[in-house]
Amino acid sequence: MAPNPERLLRANPRRQLKERLVKALVAAAALLSVLISIAIVASLVVRALQFVTGLMAPTADTMDEATGPVSLWNLVADQWAPRFFEFGIGTLIVGSLLVTVIAMALATPIGLGAAIYLSEYADARVRRIVKPILEVLAGIPSVVLGFFALRWISPNLVQVIFPSAGGQNLLAAGLGVGLLTIPLIASISEDAMASVPDALRQASAGLGARKRRTTLSVVLPAAVSGLVAALIVAVSRAIGETMVVFLAAGASGNSAQFTANPLDRGSTMTAAMASQASGTDGTISELGFNSLFFVGFVLFVITLLLNLLADRFVRRVRQSY
Amino acid sequence: MTEQSSSRIDQSAAVAGYASALDVEPKGPTVMNLDQVSVYYGDFRAVRDVTMPVYEHEITAMIGPSGCGKSTVLRSLNRMNDLIPTARVEGSISYMGVDLYGPNVDPVEVRRRIGMVFQKPNPFPKSIRENITYGPKIAGIAKSEWPALVESSLRSAAIWDEVKDRLDDSALGLSGGQQQRLCIARAIATKPDVLLMDEPCSALDPIATGRIEDLMQQLKDEYSIVIVTHNMQQAARVSDHCAFFTTEVDADSERRTGQLVEFSETTRIFSNPSDERTENYVTGRFG
Ligand SMILES: Nc1ncnc2c1ncn2[C@@H]1O[C@H](COP(=O)(O)OP(=O)(O)OP(=O)(O)O)[C@@H](O)[C@H]1O
Ligand SMILES: [Mg+2]
Repeated sequence: MAPNPERLLRANPRRQLKERLVKALVAAAALLSVLISIAIVASLVVRALQFVTGLMAPTADTMDEATGPVSLWNLVADQWAPRFFEFGIGTLIVGSLLVTVIAMALATPIGLGAAIYLSEYADARVRRIVKPILEVLAGIPSVVLGFFALRWISPNLVQVIFPSAGGQNLLAAGLGVGLLTIPLIASISEDAMASVPDALRQASAGLGARKRRTTLSVVLPAAVSGLVAALIVAVSRAIGETMVVFLAAGASGNSAQFTANPLDRGSTMTAAMASQASGTDGTISELGFNSLFFVGFVLFVITLLLNLLADRFVRRVRQSY
Repeated sequence: MTEQSSSRIDQSAAVAGYASALDVEPKGPTVMNLDQVSVYYGDFRAVRDVTMPVYEHEITAMIGPSGCGKSTVLRSLNRMNDLIPTARVEGSISYMGVDLYGPNVDPVEVRRRIGMVFQKPNPFPKSIRENITYGPKIAGIAKSEWPALVESSLRSAAIWDEVKDRLDDSALGLSGGQQQRLCIARAIATKPDVLLMDEPCSALDPIATGRIEDLMQQLKDEYSIVIVTHNMQQAARVSDHCAFFTTEVDADSERRTGQLVEFSETTRIFSNPSDERTENYVTGRFG
């Protein structure tokens, strides 16, 4: 008997239901993650605004004997000391900048060099051994590195080269953060370079290029978006790194004087937030507590801008191909 | 210069030697000579005992079943095999009388004299112009000469008219056939003597293939060409001499090792081969 074509083609309601269910589930997951992000940003913005309006409308609680009622001018104070309503956020921004620049200055050449070695020069056996080690290194808890920066880098390196430096300083913190980001840069860059098709290397070699020329003129440009991604991840990690700075840069009691000298003690946005949230300062005043969100908001904006910038850069480099 | 002229003398001596050994009439001077060449990957001998010349201003084709070592031999002609860590060459391969694997030979210089076009078009993800100038740039040719070189190379590769208005566009925007001609132009731009082509048309449609075949005939005047092809008609159409390879189970290792069965004028390979295996292969009867 010939099969009934209508039966053959008939939709199966159970399967259609399942399909819809799956779709709803994944859509919910996507929605949830977007909502959570929005909620976080919103809470940051609300509290940051509260902080700013708090500065603009001083009360009896936000009065400091020495400096008088608070105002927006407190944002440009030459120190960060929420306890005394000194909210010189420039101190923290410059601190973060110093630590990040030092970290990247250390980690970029070493990380990229390691990636180039692994992807272009090392034989398969070396790569098989070293790559997993790198990935383990990337997972070292930052508190360990913070301790290392404080107890080893600072006395044995920084203070030897710069005898004027104190035991805790931004340079040691920056170097510690740099160590933390080397495996990150190396690992992501190596992935990016390894995904460049071998046919391009062969084309280059076939035209009489030496290995270093092939690496510089063919492999690195072809991997550029991955390399930029590696650097962005590293910068984000460096800006966001809290523990190393907290331990090694030494802004105690959550106060830091403005400085652009890496040999001084200092603080960064994240370290200040951590000490603000964990210390007793938070209970002193609402304004002081809200300053934490303000710093968080500034940090968020900086990282966002960084990502946008990197995105534009990658797109421009790609287009020139 | 003096080195070159002295090597020309070695070379004509070599030609005489090959002429008797291979029982072919030399049409002209050879540019390369392979003598008892075996290539290994690790312990595995992929091809053994290949002895054949490459004549100047001719197209030499290599044909044979898959895995018989055509690409392996081709890659050993400009030391591209060096890029494979396990690969090793035995015997001698000379270019204008100089042993390519001699102790004082720089493989990079070898590749500048003996260019290569690959099976799959592999343009750099750069502009058309940059693809052409890549070789001249690393060879240290003055920047002022690049524009002329770009035009002449693209003209030689019969693609100038199609790309002259978009030299700064990405090479990846070209069709497969155009990309392959660009790769030929790129190889020509370094002004090599010999062009090695590994199945240059296998990724192309018949029209693009036809254009590349025409192109090879034109290039013959200036270059000596070695082409690997799976396409017997192509070998018959374009080549002057033809080398037929096959595989045989190696007595020692029990693995299939490639070997050269017959090297001769193309007309002879296709009309009157001296080896039965060649005849079976070119007439489509295997084994
Ligand atoms: N990189 C390599 N490592 C190990 N063995 C290889 C490598 N390249 C090729 N071989 C082996 O060498 C032999 C010859 O390979 P080759 O690629 O030269 O053959 P071919 O004649 O070009 O074949 P095809 O027509 O399929 O391209 C094969 O047995 C192959 O498996
Ligand atoms: Mg092949």
